[in-house]
Amino acid sequence: MAKGDPGVSTRSRRAAPRSRKGTGGDPELVQLLTPEGERIDSVVGPDGTVYSVDFTDEEYRGLYRDLVLVRKLDAEATALQRQGELGLWASLLGQEAAQVGSGRALRTQDMAFPTYREHGVLYCRGIDPIMPLGLFRGVDQGGWDPNEFKFNMYTIVIGAQTLHATGYAMGVAMDGKTGTDDGEAVIAYFGDGATSQGDVNEAFVWASVFNSPLVFFCQNNQYAISEPLERQTRVPLYRRAAGFGFPGVRVDGNDVLASYAVTRTALDNARHGQGPSLIEAYTYRMGAHTTSDDPTRYRIASEVEAWQAKDPIARMKAFLTKQQIVDADFFAEVDEQARRESLHLRERVLAMPNPEPVTMFDHVYPNGSPLLDEQRAKFSRYMESFEGSAH
Amino acid sequence: MATETLTIGKALNTGLRRALENDPKVVIMGEDVGKLGGVFRITDGLQKDFGDQRVIDTPLAESGIIGTAVGLAIRGYRPVCEIQFDGFVYPAYDQIVSQVAKMHYRSGGKLRIPMVIRIPFGGGIGAVEHHSESPEAYFSHTPGLKVVSCANPQDAYVMIQQAIASDDPIVFLEPKRRYWEKGPVDLDAPLADAYPLHASRIARPGTDATLLAYGPMVRTCLDAATAAAEEGRELEVIDLRSISPLDLTAAYESVRRTGRAVVVHEAPSNVGLGAEIATRITEECFYSLEAPVLRVSGFDTPYPAARVEEEYLPDIDRVLDAVDRTFGW
Repeated sequence: MAKGDPGVSTRSRRAAPRSRKGTGGDPELVQLLTPEGERIDSVVGPDGTVYSVDFTDEEYRGLYRDLVLVRKLDAEATALQRQGELGLWASLLGQEAAQVGSGRALRTQDMAFPTYREHGVLYCRGIDPIMPLGLFRGVDQGGWDPNEFKFNMYTIVIGAQTLHATGYAMGVAMDGKTGTDDGEAVIAYFGDGATSQGDVNEAFVWASVFNSPLVFFCQNNQYAISEPLERQTRVPLYRRAAGFGFPGVRVDGNDVLASYAVTRTALDNARHGQGPSLIEAYTYRMGAHTTSDDPTRYRIASEVEAWQAKDPIARMKAFLTKQQIVDADFFAEVDEQARRESLHLRERVLAMPNPEPVTMFDHVYPNGSPLLDEQRAKFSRYMESFEGSAH
Repeated sequence: MATETLTIGKALNTGLRRALENDPKVVIMGEDVGKLGGVFRITDGLQKDFGDQRVIDTPLAESGIIGTAVGLAIRGYRPVCEIQFDGFVYPAYDQIVSQVAKMHYRSGGKLRIPMVIRIPFGGGIGAVEHHSESPEAYFSHTPGLKVVSCANPQDAYVMIQQAIASDDPIVFLEPKRRYWEKGPVDLDAPLADAYPLHASRIARPGTDATLLAYGPMVRTCLDAATAAAEEGRELEVIDLRSISPLDLTAAYESVRRTGRAVVVHEAPSNVGLGAEIATRITEECFYSLEAPVLRVSGFDTPYPAARVEEEYLPDIDRVLDAVDRTFGW
């Protein structure tokens, strides 16, 4: 869906959205689609920016399809881990709208720097969803070409990628690629826990003083493994931006339309040379931190249930149904596609070959190293000594 | 041929200037590298001539310097980062060890981080704490990084350009106490014909024992060899130049002739470069050795107060004492 440029495409909406200026009850939260699936026409952000979207019916359906597919593929990866086929999986369950909304807001030329949970953004960038599974299966360290897809490798060290994104954005500005409609922008993903990291705060400083074309996209999923938001901050995270000298906004991260609108605006501001901004996508990690975690030890069921009522896919489904944007077969057809693609993913994961041990010596240095050459040769001779034996 | 007499500091400055001239993607970044020209003036005049987009005064945060340089490298730039003093590199340690060093590997060779991290290192200048350290073992222990150190103006001029031209991430350790030491520099020799960056070199030939050093201790060893010669003992001095990877080819050949080896560095001895070098020489030259490979180093203390650093740092007497011990074994 939403290939190209949905936010500025021609309007062909059949049913006008319920016209309601407002913020969905929370004055700090930009929301364009309520949990009940009610459309809000436009919302005024904290700095006076007006947020709205202008999708075609096809684009609405495309967003829904994205949400369902990334959730299904994610569930398949979790299942693969439970069956011993992946060493670990960091599920995005609950965060689909923040990721699809922001991911689809990126233009082709924009560069993204993810954490290790941005499977939905990865999907939107057109990367084969099997790519990160190589990392979590332990057969490689990622696999996609960051420059080809404009989506850097996953970064596991918390917050480190925000500095990479900042430097990349400095390079964009130095290349003179800002200040026009087709300028480039950069987006840095991170979580609420990362906001305590020095690197993230240094990235804020850098991006601010160099006026870098960068969007800081914080998915506040309420927990850093077991630690609740209160252990990271005493002010709403988006307000921290003010102290660094750039705008911050909190968006309903379970609302794909608002996530799209806010990100697109921030990216466009960046590409036009107006500098960085911070988006706090307010969402909830419905699953565990990773498959190694047991969230029942640190949060109560009623809290999870309350967030379940704000599910990003359910509200989109309700909206599509109420607005009669879909026909009777649509939801079944999307489910069937998701089932097919996840099965295909499973089959390919099971068929992933283990790497040849000697390949561990590859790509340590672009120019190689005599020390490594020597170790590789010794290792190869050692391995060859077992050939023909039962070892 | 334009051969000039330059200090190590000026040779580095001239080498950086050449690199900026030769490749528009080279950028220098660090604290006070612009108008001030760096606290040691190694980047003196460069911002004036190349502008503040090529020579960038950064905010005061080392992790930020290295982390943003990673992003610039992914974007296609060749960042040359200055860390103001050895003891200030540790806030950037995570970015260097987990990001700079591993990015090429993790990407399966798709990304390159052609970054140089310049660090004035070592003691001997009467500085306060955190300004005199020798952190080379930390970085040499990290796969994905290369580590080099220059010991004379000619190498300073050439090696900094070679390091910048290399696609490998390189920690470039500058012997700060020797910044003001002068020597001839051939400014016109083409880089392509220069002595390889990661090769050691015999700094002074000798026959009786082999001294191995890098950076600031090369001068100390050369002075020790001069003193030894007056007593009739010829010491061979090998300037290792590349600390990781080590090039010990010349060392093995030398030790097979002399039978005696002493490794000298300012860093503490415990689990340091000396241990690695001694092990490898022992493995390669076991039957040629007349004595164990000895180490002369800083002590396993934090770098001490300046008024006692002369006793902490290896000097001519401690080097010659170790040589004597190899003869008395």
